[in-house]
Amino acid sequence: MKQLLILSGKGGTGKTTIAGAFIKLSSCKSYADCDVDAPNLHLIMKQNSIAEAQDFYGMNKYEIDELKCLGCGICKTLCKFDAIHKNGKTYQIDPFSCEGCAVCEYFCPIGIISPKQHVSGELLLYRSEALFSTAKIKAGGGNSGLLVTEVKKRLRQDNIVDFEIIDGSPGIGCPVIASMSGADLILLVTEPSLSGISDMNRIAITAKKFHVPTIVCINKTTPMSKNVNIILAYCAENSIPMVGTIPYDETVNSSINQGLSIVDTDCQAGNAVRKVYDKVRQFINLT
Amino acid sequence: MKIAFLSGKGGTGKTLCAVNLASVSLKSVYVDCDIEEPNGHLFFKPLQVKSENVEVFIPNIDKSLCDGCRKCVDFCRFNALGFVQNHVVIFPNICHSCGGCALVCPKHAIADVSKIIGTIEDGIAQEIRVISGFLELGQESGVPIIKKIMNKIMLIQDFVLIDCPPGSSCATVESIQSADFCVLVAEPTIFGAHNLEMVHELVKTLQKLCGVILNKTNGFYDPSEEYCHKHKIPIMGKISYDEMLGEINSEALIAVRENIKYQKMFEEILNNIIEEVRHETTIDS
Repeated sequence: MKQLLILSGKGGTGKTTIAGAFIKLSSCKSYADCDVDAPNLHLIMKQNSIAEAQDFYGMNKYEIDELKCLGCGICKTLCKFDAIHKNGKTYQIDPFSCEGCAVCEYFCPIGIISPKQHVSGELLLYRSEALFSTAKIKAGGGNSGLLVTEVKKRLRQDNIVDFEIIDGSPGIGCPVIASMSGADLILLVTEPSLSGISDMNRIAITAKKFHVPTIVCINKTTPMSKNVNIILAYCAENSIPMVGTIPYDETVNSSINQGLSIVDTDCQAGNAVRKVYDKVRQFINLT
Repeated sequence: MKIAFLSGKGGTGKTLCAVNLASVSLKSVYVDCDIEEPNGHLFFKPLQVKSENVEVFIPNIDKSLCDGCRKCVDFCRFNALGFVQNHVVIFPNICHSCGGCALVCPKHAIADVSKIIGTIEDGIAQEIRVISGFLELGQESGVPIIKKIMNKIMLIQDFVLIDCPPGSSCATVESIQSADFCVLVAEPTIFGAHNLEMVHELVKTLQKLCGVILNKTNGFYDPSEEYCHKHKIPIMGKISYDEMLGEINSEALIAVRENIKYQKMFEEILNNIIEEVRHETTIDS
């Protein structure tokens, strides 16, 4: 089985649009949306079955029994996350800041601090002609890396397929690093802006640290885009294969707004993404 | 006054708005909390930059004192400590730096050693103070960097514009804790509207005042605008899709300094935001 992960560093470069197109072009039987902070793949991959939903429990959150609290403040002194605040004579734990380390519980001299299970997201699994695993983090939820690991684990349940597509999240931190585990190839989708290039550089170095082979495509190019050449030079210098460019195309937004993939309609961007896909397949076969 | 710019979805124009609004303000501080992929500095190119490291503390075990009781291993909720061949092994990338292992060790065999997870750069660009956080590549969580930035800006009385990370999880929460007002930047797609909804849920949960900037509008159906009307979120401004603006922004130039038309547009948006904050805070008090 070969797994392709789509990342970008910068947000909004077109990861989901390209993931959606690739899923259609490959008739992929197993795919996931690991952008748990802002999952959108389900909006263009219409499912005809209802998702199997499951709560995702992150780390426990701790709670102080305020009626019994004597106000000694030991917990506040020891908490490294500034999660404990004085409220009148007693103390309270802010659930958004609590990371569930249990130090407060262990050191409370009268034992009135206890863990509470905390739902920090929802996992969704669709089983129709393909297996599609996705999730949504709760507002302000933590443990997005753990949630990504769960999303990918659910693809492993019963099917053996030869090709899998994973839509990743922007950035370079925990959810991105979690999504790299098990990936055979990363496609970086960049755009011809100086911000896009700076972000591509940061994610390319991160991917290298985790030893995942990487290729690049450039999305939203215009005849005016001077930065395409900078990206080409960057890729040549760092021995990162370039698999093509996709022009900026106004019809992309209207396909998305109809819940369609760009290869469902006849458009410039759709035609270009087909060529990129063929190249990507050659690279995935080499891994 | 502190204004946070957030969006849920990436690439909707948070940095475009924060950078340009900072540039039309008289005296402002631009703060980049998108520590995984900070870009504001590319636009401002600040000078006289002072850089400081952000460290966290991870445990280090003195093997001559450790008797292998495993109390630390059993205590660690993050599974950052393991017990292999009668020795405690530390996995620094999983460690949350809670300090619990050192506290529970009966032999006092665990001491803290510092690990650098990123830097904060603080500089000046044409009278605008520019503070940016950078997560070290390969590190998992930049929340301690954001916390340190927040401590730094806590007492600043000037107009502060906070450029937040995308998403609606813990890093975003840290970035908007001290904000008086949140500007949600949205784009006219169902992706944009879906993520606008997620981030709107977040600001409601944290009881923050908010308004929306609709970016890249094109005169067609805008699901984000529809969401704003439905949920009665005030619209601070609309920025229509414009090739020239896109080109200026992709060159990391500040649009309000390139063309008077953009200067006027962002001045108007800034006024709308300030009016909205004044209006809402008078009602509240």
